[in-house]
Amino acid sequence: MIDVVLISKLILPLLILTILISALVTRTDAYDAFVSGGKEGLQMAASLLPFLVGMMAAISVLRSSGLLMWITNIVSPLFLYFNVPAELFPLFLTRPISGTAALSITADLTHTFGPEHLIARLAAVIQGSTDTTLYILTVYFGAVGIKKMGRALVVGLLADLTGMIIAVVITVWYFQNIWS
Amino acid sequence: MVNLIWIFMLLSGIIFSMFNGTIDEVNKGLFDSAGQAVELVIGFAAIFTLWLGMMEIANRAGLLSLVTKLFYPIIRKLFPDLPKNHPASGYIMTNISANFFGLGNAATPFGVKAMKELQQINTKPEQASRSMVTFLCLNTAAITFFPATIVSMRLSEGAVDPLDIVVPAFIATIFSCSAAILYDRISWKLVEGKSK
Repeated sequence: MIDVVLISKLILPLLILTILISALVTRTDAYDAFVSGGKEGLQMAASLLPFLVGMMAAISVLRSSGLLMWITNIVSPLFLYFNVPAELFPLFLTRPISGTAALSITADLTHTFGPEHLIARLAAVIQGSTDTTLYILTVYFGAVGIKKMGRALVVGLLADLTGMIIAVVITVWYFQNIWS
Repeated sequence: MVNLIWIFMLLSGIIFSMFNGTIDEVNKGLFDSAGQAVELVIGFAAIFTLWLGMMEIANRAGLLSLVTKLFYPIIRKLFPDLPKNHPASGYIMTNISANFFGLGNAATPFGVKAMKELQQINTKPEQASRSMVTFLCLNTAAITFFPATIVSMRLSEGAVDPLDIVVPAFIATIFSCSAAILYDRISWKLVEGKSK
């Protein structure tokens, strides 16, 4: 069980090890390559600033005004109709928009119901199996200056919705049939 | 479309706050979020410099082109527009691998580098190319074997077995990634396939 954690910690150091050994074998000037490759880093990060400020400000206004919570309260009853706990709705809504907000909702659900409760497990799987689409689009398209995202946003959000529904179905099936 | 969504998010939030009595929170939120964005960029600068440096070593030592050649059959299927042995495929593969192990932070610089390579062969630089949309789909619905953040959160909340969600999450990502690729293909056929 702990082995999985250990392996995940070892990946990056092992990658660096592989890169450096291959540099030694091929007699590449590793330090020179590192320095010239890393030069781009600061400028690349800085070019993301306007995109990030714009998107994060809009998300923050949506949250701090209480609008996000208001929409959540209106739509939650729909969830009960599909036999999905209504507590999960805020997570469904925030997951594609804000990673930190979604994580705090998941942490809150885990804390309130206890880690072994189905709602906490559902939240964890939803959180762990999807990504913050809006953030990824902002960063990746921002980095190369793409202003017309085209199909990417619709496809990304549709994939999120599908992913979250799949996560619910698989989690319920897994913990009822496989896990004991 | 992003323009309209962005305007709508800000506008609806500000108008709602006027009726909801949360103008103070909105004022605070605006400046806090801008500060958070700067902090994020500083964090990015560190990670980007480290990993772009490492990747340049891998590039010069020929490791990257080895990865590119090794995964060419998969890349060719996923990105039919990408020329053979294009440097973007090496970065795309490292990005996918980093996501697979739940290393989101390390995945970002590889992904940004892949986007830069894809932009160089983009015929309309303002618009997202077909390969870019596919690549973004692979990232938003990435196959994740080990969701590191969520496991450590469950550990700190005192879960009996914090790893109990790893298997269902892994299965779920396989399905959602396949769905994302499918949507990408279908929408490409609907939007751009017609004109060809």
